[in-house]
Amino acid sequence: MSVLKLGTDNFEQEVLKNNNKVLVDFYADWCGPCKMMSPVIDEIAETKTDVKVGKVNVDDNQELAVKYNVMSIPTIIVFENGIPKKTFIGVTDKNEILEQLN
Amino acid sequence: MVYDVIIIGAGPAGISASLYTKRANLNTLIIYFENSSLEKAKLIENYYGFENGIDGKTLYETGIKQAKNLGVEVKKEELLKIELDINDGKTFFVLTTTQNQYIAKTIVLAIGTKKNKVKIKGVKDLEGKGISYCAICDGFFYRNQDVAVIGNGNYALSETNDLINVAKTVTILTNGEEAPEFRADNVQIITKPIEEIKGENKVEEIIFKDNSRLKTRGIFIAQGTAGSTELAKKLGILLKDDKIVVNDKMETNIKGVYACGDCTGGILQVSTAVSEGTIAALSIIQFLKMKF
Repeated sequence: MSVLKLGTDNFEQEVLKNNNKVLVDFYADWCGPCKMMSPVIDEIAETKTDVKVGKVNVDDNQELAVKYNVMSIPTIIVFENGIPKKTFIGVTDKNEILEQLN
Repeated sequence: MVYDVIIIGAGPAGISASLYTKRANLNTLIIYFENSSLEKAKLIENYYGFENGIDGKTLYETGIKQAKNLGVEVKKEELLKIELDINDGKTFFVLTTTQNQYIAKTIVLAIGTKKNKVKIKGVKDLEGKGISYCAICDGFFYRNQDVAVIGNGNYALSETNDLINVAKTVTILTNGEEAPEFRADNVQIITKPIEEIKGENKVEEIIFKDNSRLKTRGIFIAQGTAGSTELAKKLGILLKDDKIVVNDKMETNIKGVYACGDCTGGILQVSTAVSEGTIAALSIIQFLKMKF
């Protein structure tokens, strides 16, 4: 599956009302480390077809960043039943993330 | 001028890497500032080829001379930051020191382990929750807010400079060290030693040893010089337990960035540092043949 563009308009529908796990990558275009994480997120989306994967641009969606206490990017949050279950701060190993999605 | 390879660190890993890249005709520069942990080793008796052992200082200084004799450029300058510059599909690395700026096709982090790690209560627990290691990455989250920078050297001032246009105020906390020479309208300097950083789920205040307090939203760690952790976090290099993750070719997760020696963890021996430096160099020689 491709990576979903998430924002305040669709976050509730796509993430909070989702009964499965959802991976959300908080990023910004100007953030160097986010660029290193981006291909990893794409790979996860391609291989884990049973999990929804989305990205939040913090520049455009500051209220979402504030709500989930994102104060450093990249931050990756795994939601389950709409609740944040696991947070990864900074560039993270793909396998570590995949473990949380199984 | 664009260097084929810039090596950061002049210990056994960095020097060994340079010997191979230089002999392969690659334009090689070594930048180092802090001395290698090798220099402090009194007597090394388990390294090949010295019948009575050798003291660390001699081995370290001989290594630097050996690289220079071979024609490697070696500069003692404090490195402040490394940035990526993607041009025409090719990635270059821009290294800023206190004196100069250099551009490289590949870089080797052979920077050792940091000796002056911040050991303030609360730092580890609040990482990513108001404690940051990268002003340029995370400054955005503190627009018009009060932030602090822990440190008193050139690196701390470089981080402060990245914050003053974004944050409302920046307080430089020297944590008992001497105050740096720095003046700006929205910057204050506090030299009192720090006891603890407090906050429920996010940074709220700093408590000093004299029990006085300072409310702040964000704290940027920049004590001493920029170590492997700080440089890696800024570039987006994958770390595990603050050590740089490399594969068997000494490649990091970023193409063109290699790491070797103590900053990659492991058993911290001269022999393994030499080996890792060698492997990193051979990988670079191969990489540059293919890519550039």
